[in-house]
Amino acid sequence: MSTMLIRQLTPFYGSRQAVKPVDMTIRANQITAIIGPSGCGKSTVLRCLNRMHETIRGAYATGTVLLGDTNIYDTKEDPTMIRRRVGMVFQQPVALRTRSVYENVAVGLRMHGMSNKAELDVAVEKALRAAVLWDEVKDVLDKPGHALSGGQQQRLSIARALAVTPDVLLLDEPCSALDPIATASIEELLLTLKENLTIVIVTHSMQQAARISDETAVFMVDTSSGQALGELVEFDATRKVFTEPSDERTELYISGRVG
Amino acid sequence: MKPSTNYRWRKLVDQVMRSATVVATGCAVIPLVAIIAYVIAIGGTAMSASFFTDVYQPPDLPTQSEDVANEEVPFNPDDPFANLEVPAPENADGGLAGESDEMQAVADAYAAGPRGGVLHGILGTLMITGIGLLMALPIGIFAGIYLSEYRNERLATVVRFSSDVLSGSPSIIAGVVIYVVVVLQTQQFSAIAGSMALAILMVPIVTRTTEEMLKLVPEAMREAARGLGAPTWYSTFTVVLPTALPGIVTGVMLAFARGAGETAPLILTVLGSNVITMSMFEPMAALPLLTYRYTESPYIGENTLAWGAAFVLVMLVLIVNILVRLATRRVGVTR
Amino acid sequence: MANQQTSASWSSGKSLLRHGDVPFRIGTVVLASAVVLLVIAIAVIMVNASQEARQAFGLDVLFGTEWNPIETEVAPPAFGAYPAVRGTVLSALIAILIAAPLAIGIGIYLAELCPPSISTPLSFLVELLAAIPSVIYGVWGVFVFVPFFNTVFAEPVSQSFGLVIPWLAGPIATGRGIIVTGVILAIMILPTIASLTRDVLRLVPNTQREAMLAIGATRWEMISQAVVPYASAGIIGAIMLGIGRALGETMAATMLIGNSQRISESLFLPSTTAASLVANELTNSVSSLHESALITVALALFGITLLLNLSARLLIWYVERGNRGAK
Repeated sequence: MSTMLIRQLTPFYGSRQAVKPVDMTIRANQITAIIGPSGCGKSTVLRCLNRMHETIRGAYATGTVLLGDTNIYDTKEDPTMIRRRVGMVFQQPVALRTRSVYENVAVGLRMHGMSNKAELDVAVEKALRAAVLWDEVKDVLDKPGHALSGGQQQRLSIARALAVTPDVLLLDEPCSALDPIATASIEELLLTLKENLTIVIVTHSMQQAARISDETAVFMVDTSSGQALGELVEFDATRKVFTEPSDERTELYISGRVG
Repeated sequence: MKPSTNYRWRKLVDQVMRSATVVATGCAVIPLVAIIAYVIAIGGTAMSASFFTDVYQPPDLPTQSEDVANEEVPFNPDDPFANLEVPAPENADGGLAGESDEMQAVADAYAAGPRGGVLHGILGTLMITGIGLLMALPIGIFAGIYLSEYRNERLATVVRFSSDVLSGSPSIIAGVVIYVVVVLQTQQFSAIAGSMALAILMVPIVTRTTEEMLKLVPEAMREAARGLGAPTWYSTFTVVLPTALPGIVTGVMLAFARGAGETAPLILTVLGSNVITMSMFEPMAALPLLTYRYTESPYIGENTLAWGAAFVLVMLVLIVNILVRLATRRVGVTR
Repeated sequence: MANQQTSASWSSGKSLLRHGDVPFRIGTVVLASAVVLLVIAIAVIMVNASQEARQAFGLDVLFGTEWNPIETEVAPPAFGAYPAVRGTVLSALIAILIAAPLAIGIGIYLAELCPPSISTPLSFLVELLAAIPSVIYGVWGVFVFVPFFNTVFAEPVSQSFGLVIPWLAGPIATGRGIIVTGVILAIMILPTIASLTRDVLRLVPNTQREAMLAIGATRWEMISQAVVPYASAGIIGAIMLGIGRALGETMAATMLIGNSQRISESLFLPSTTAASLVANELTNSVSSLHESALITVALALFGITLLLNLSARLLIWYVERGNRGAK
C-alpha cells in the first residue's frame, strides 16, 4: 500500500525540462535518500511525489507514480487528496502563525472532518508522540507554535504531517536549518518512524544519507545538451552506493571530487 | 480514496469562494467602467466647439417687459380677488388654460440643451492647480530628499507621520483652514487661497513619491560619487536627483491630477465665477466647481455641461494615470 | 594629471562646493519640518477658531439634535450637529459593511488567485477607481445611480420590508438618502482597502502556504486558514483607513445625502453629513458662533480621521516589521 513505483517521471518548468525521465521504486517501510549536487533536480523530483511541484505556475510533470495501486498522476486524482496520503516536511521549520501548538497539529485533522474534541486530543497526542515532541510541549499546548525553537518547530511540522496518517512521508533537506543536536534528534525520529511509514529524504549531506537510509538515489547534472538537465545515475542499497558504486559519476560525487 | 461528503463539501466551498473573489473584483471593475462610459457618453453630447471656447451663458428665460413687471394691481378691499389673473380650468385642447408662449418659453429654457461652455473652468483649474503645485513642490521635494537621505533620524519619523496625516485628512479640512486664515482675513474669496488649500493636499503626494523614487536610486551611485570626493549635496543634485527625476515627475503629475479634481477645498476658498478672470486675488472658476454647481442646477442644459466638465476632468485623470503607469513600468517599479 | 586637477578643485575651496553640505542640510531640514509645522498649524488654527462654540456648548455641538443657526423670536440659535454626525456614521457604516468583504475578496483574488498576466492591469483598474474625483461620483450618482438604485432596490424594499422595518420605510421622494450614499461611498473606498489587502497578503511567507498545501488543503483553505490570518493585522489596518476615507468624504456625500437636518428613522430618507454641513454652510455662516460651531464639527472630523489613520498605519507597520524578521 505504501510502495511508490515511479515510471518515466519527467518534471517540467513551463517548456523547460528539468530532469531526465526517472524510473525508481521506493520500497515500503524503509528510508530512501536522494542525494546529488545542487541543481540536479532532487527537490523537484521529491515534490513530484506529492504533486507539490505543480503548485508553481506553469510547472507540471509527465509519467506515472503508483502509490499502492493508484496512479497519483491520473487525471481523475485530486492533488489535495494525494497530499493527504503523501505528506511533506520542508527545509524551513514552519509553525502556522496565529495557531497554538495544539492547533498546528490539529489543523489537518479538522480540515478532513474531525471535530470531536476527545478524538482530536487523542490524535494530536499520538502525532506529537510519534514526532518525539510530546514530552516537551505537553504543558504548553496552547502557546503559539512559533514560540518553539527551530528544532522543535521542525518536529512540530513532522507532527502536523503525521497527524493526517499518511502512507509516505517526504522530507526536503529537513535538517539544513538546524543545529547538530536537533539534526540528530530528527534522524533518530525518522528511524523509529520507518516501521510504519515509507520515508523519502532529500539531503545534501552524504553522511546523513549513509547514516539513516536503506536505499540511496544519486542524481547528477548533465550539461551535455547545453541545458542543465538532472539525471538519476544510480539507485541501490545505501551500503553498496557508498562502498562499491556502479557508476563512475557516483564515485566522483561521493569522493568529493565533483559537486 | 473514495470521495467522502467532507471532501465534496470542501471542494464545493473551494470553488464557490474562489468564484466569489472573481465576482468581488467585478464589483470594482463594473462601476469603474460604468462611470467612465457614462461620463464619455453623456459628457460627449456637451462637446461642441463652444464647449471649450465659451464661458457661462445664462438660461434663455423670457424676461417680463418692464411695464408688466412694474404694473401695480389695485387692491379692492371689498373684492380682494378682483384684477388678479386666475388660471381658468382646462381648455378644449387639454392644455392648461392661460398657457401662454411665455410659460412655454420657460419650459423650453429648462429643457434646453447646453449653452455656453466651460473655458473659464478649464483656465481656472489650470491656474489654481498650477500655482498650488508650485507652492507644494519646494516643500514636497526637499522633504522627500530629507526623508530619503536622512531616513533614520527621529525627525524623519515625525515628518513621515505628518505627511501621512496630511494625506489621510479629509480634503475639506484644508479648505476650512485656508478659509479661516486667508479668506476671513482678506475678506475675499480668491484663487490664490484655493491654490494654498490644494497645496496642502499635494505636499504629501510629492513628498512620498520623491522619497520612494530617491530610495530606488542604487546606493552604489552615491558611493561612487562620494568616492570621487563629491560632498553629499553635490551628488544629490547632480547624480541622485537626475536619476530619480522621471519618477519624481510622475509624482508631480499625480499630484496635479489629484489637485485638479478636488472640489471641497475650492468651495470654501475660491467661490467660483461665471467669467474668465486672470487675477489670482479674486474668485475664479474651476472645473470641479462648475461640475458641482451645474449638477445641482434645475436646467437640463447646465446638467449636460456638468457632464461635459466631468468628462474633461475624467480625461485628465485617466491620461495622467495611464502615462504614469507606463513611465513607472519602464523604470521597473512595481506598486 | 586630470585627477590631480579634479581633486585640486574639490579641495581648493570653492567654498560652495566644500561647505555646501551645511546649507543643504539646513534647507532640507527646514522644508521637511514645514510639513510637520503644517499639521500642527492646522490643528492649532482649528482649535482656535472653534473655541467660541466649544466654550458655549461643549460636546453638545456634536450631540445636540437641533441645528438651527438662525435666531428666531422664539428660540436662540441651536448648534447640535447630531443629525450630521448620525448621517456620517451611518453612511460610513453601510459603506464599510459593503466594501470590507468585497475589498478583501478583491485583495485575495489579486494576490493569490489571479493569473499573473492580468494581475498588474487589473490592479491598475482597481486603483483607478481611487483616482476618480469625488465630484464625478456625485454627478454619476445623482443622474445615473440614484434613479437606478431607486427602481431596483429602494422602491421595492421600502414597499415590502419597509412596511415592517422602520429603518427601511419609504416614501422615497428624491431618492437621496443615507443608504444610497453608503453604497457610493463603498465603491469609493474599495480601492483603498483592496490594494492594501493585496499588498499585505503578498508579504505572507510562502512557507505558510506550502505547509497548508502539504497536508492536503484546498487553495481556499490555504488562503482562509493560513494566509489571511497571518495578514489579519494589516487587513484590519486597511479597513480602518477605508472607514477614515468614508467619514471624511465630502462631495459625493453632499450630492447624494439630500442635506436635510431632519432625523428620520428610515435610512432611505435624506440626512446630512459632517463634511457636507461644513461645505454647505461655512461660507454663508450667519454669526461667529455659527462659524465656530461648524469648525468644531470639522475639528472633530479631523481628530477622528487622525486617530483612525494613526492606528491603521501602526498596524500595517507592525505587520511589515514582523515579516522582515519572519522565519
